[in-house]
Amino acid sequence: MANLKELSKKEEILTGGHRLCAGCGASIVGRQVLATAKNPVVVALATGCLEVSTTIFPYTAWRCSYIHNAFENVAATLSGVETAHKALRKRGRIPDEDYDFIAFGGDGGTYDIGLQSLSGAMERGHDMLYVCYDNGAYMNTGIQRSSATPRGADTTTSPAGSVIPGKSQHRKELTDIIAAHNIPYVAQAVPSNWRDLTKKVEKALDKKGAAFLNTLAVCPRGWRSAEEKGIEITQLAVDTCYWPLFEVEDGEWRLTYKPKEKKPLVEWFKIQGRFKHLFKEENKHILDEAQNYIDRRWKKILQLCGEEE
Amino acid sequence: MNKRVALTGNEAIAKAMQQINPDVVAAYPITPQTEIVQIFSKYVADGLVDTEFVTVESEHSAMSACIGSAAGGARSMTATSANGLALMWEVVYIAASTRLPIVMPVVNRALSGPINIHCDHSDAMGARDSGWIQLFSENAQEAYDNAIQAVRIAENKDVLLPVMVNLDGFIISHAVENLNINDAEEVQKFVGEYKAEHYLLDKENPITVGPLDLQDFYFEHKRQQSEAMKYAKETVKEIGKEYGKLTGREYGFFSEYKLEDAEIALIGMGSTMGTAKAAVDELREQGVKVGLLKLRMFRPFPAEELAKALSHVPVIGVLDRAETFSTNGGPLFTDMHYALYGQDHKLIDFIYGLGGRDTNVSHVKGMFEMLQKAKDGQPIDRINYIGVRE
Repeated sequence: MANLKELSKKEEILTGGHRLCAGCGASIVGRQVLATAKNPVVVALATGCLEVSTTIFPYTAWRCSYIHNAFENVAATLSGVETAHKALRKRGRIPDEDYDFIAFGGDGGTYDIGLQSLSGAMERGHDMLYVCYDNGAYMNTGIQRSSATPRGADTTTSPAGSVIPGKSQHRKELTDIIAAHNIPYVAQAVPSNWRDLTKKVEKALDKKGAAFLNTLAVCPRGWRSAEEKGIEITQLAVDTCYWPLFEVEDGEWRLTYKPKEKKPLVEWFKIQGRFKHLFKEENKHILDEAQNYIDRRWKKILQLCGEEE
Repeated sequence: MNKRVALTGNEAIAKAMQQINPDVVAAYPITPQTEIVQIFSKYVADGLVDTEFVTVESEHSAMSACIGSAAGGARSMTATSANGLALMWEVVYIAASTRLPIVMPVVNRALSGPINIHCDHSDAMGARDSGWIQLFSENAQEAYDNAIQAVRIAENKDVLLPVMVNLDGFIISHAVENLNINDAEEVQKFVGEYKAEHYLLDKENPITVGPLDLQDFYFEHKRQQSEAMKYAKETVKEIGKEYGKLTGREYGFFSEYKLEDAEIALIGMGSTMGTAKAAVDELREQGVKVGLLKLRMFRPFPAEELAKALSHVPVIGVLDRAETFSTNGGPLFTDMHYALYGQDHKLIDFIYGLGGRDTNVSHVKGMFEMLQKAKDGQPIDRINYIGVRE
């Protein structure tokens, strides 16, 4: 694996000058993922923050070939590009060399509207890596809830009202759903642990076939958190076990990071404005519920990873 | 060399696809198109093509994958019907505006609801403003010939637009007909090897496809798309001639049947044009001067040429196998008003055959009778529904 110094010297594929917000996690995820690519890259984007901010015609922030089609179909679109590569290579119309095909989608384009297209592409086993940058809501359109939004979060379609205090449902565990596709590689990662993320991307790109990486990407606007604290907040999500770091390699679940001390979820909640209302006396039960959910989830992950009976 | 064979319309399309041997096919089954996908799968399984075949999980993904593969530089095809086309509606537009030369046979079927699997043109008409070139076929022969020509039309450097090859569900897709098919080598030579000018897999020249195109540029790109459609018109004509030289079957925007001295005429598209020819023959035998214009190219719409071809016909009936619910008639009817504006014609609309309702020779003769009455100055409704219980 390349060390940090080597990675930092590589030419950036996603260049500066794009128009993402200060402190946006999506671009950090994008840069960390792309720093690991060894072959020529074709990037495909689902409609979303990373897409609208990086390719405002006639400019592009991408040094590699790039395609955006629509919101819900980035996996199908990239599966088409990957198939074109196979066809043209077979027929000798392009040089006989490997490519890295990498799709990026936010949680809206991945957990929700793009789930069918993603499932199809994974099942068909295209040689591609799908990276979800999960920032827990439809941030591009102004912070609407998605099925990745955590319980209790205040979003513009699950507002913290006087009767309903934020999102009523727990989030869906998409990584598990993709793992159920029995593809060669599935993992969860965070940009706050670059070494873990880089290793996972390396493995994912080395595997022949479909790979999926779910990453937690801070959104200072949506999370109402300090721009400069993004990496710390992300790491706290890992240390509270909101976002466990694990991989499923050829069907084997493995924990790749175990917090020394599992921190209470409220520590992660209290530094984000989207959970502020939960600290009112009348909403305390939601904090307990959210903690219970995380505890159950963590126990399950430990079991799946063979860390606990 | 032409070979005479008996094939269904679906088999003829599959045969054309086999002979084209595209780089990529991404398709999803739907009645009545299913056989195309099945037969093509068998070609792949038996090594009769070396196309990369993507068995997608929906029509939306079929078109999305074709967009990806065409942008990647691969000659790409799919096929669909009705609800499948409706499901891919969003990306059908994106394929055209991204200027990707995808070819898609559409086996025309009524659009739900209520659900119905039989023929009408509501599916294709739903996509009439999507920026696709739309060709219609009277029979399996034309469907086969159109599919092969579509590749060349789409890939013309001044065009670069996707082409929809329409053939009537069941009536053409499932009926066995005798038709001439070309030698595979001839087809290969005719379509040639596809070489995109700009494509994702050109390592030395990476490109950005599908950027965010705001107030500053979107309109210019749309304007260029309109211009490409004008080139498409010329290209359809040129390719039709070239194909004629190769096969003896030349194609234009439309074909005329006993129209030269006709006093009343019908215009329409698809399989019913065959039925209409039989009606024309019968009436001609009785000395009635009737004629027919069979439209092959619906998009772009050859208004000028139609106006010229029909200039001498005072009363014209328009056959619409789709309803617009505008209360102003079917889609071809409104387009024909545009085409004939400023000329002195009486236009009457016949909406027929929705959901596969049978339209036979006597129905068509009935239409001619109404046209005759109109010509004689009797009052006839502008919009008529043929073969429906009211």
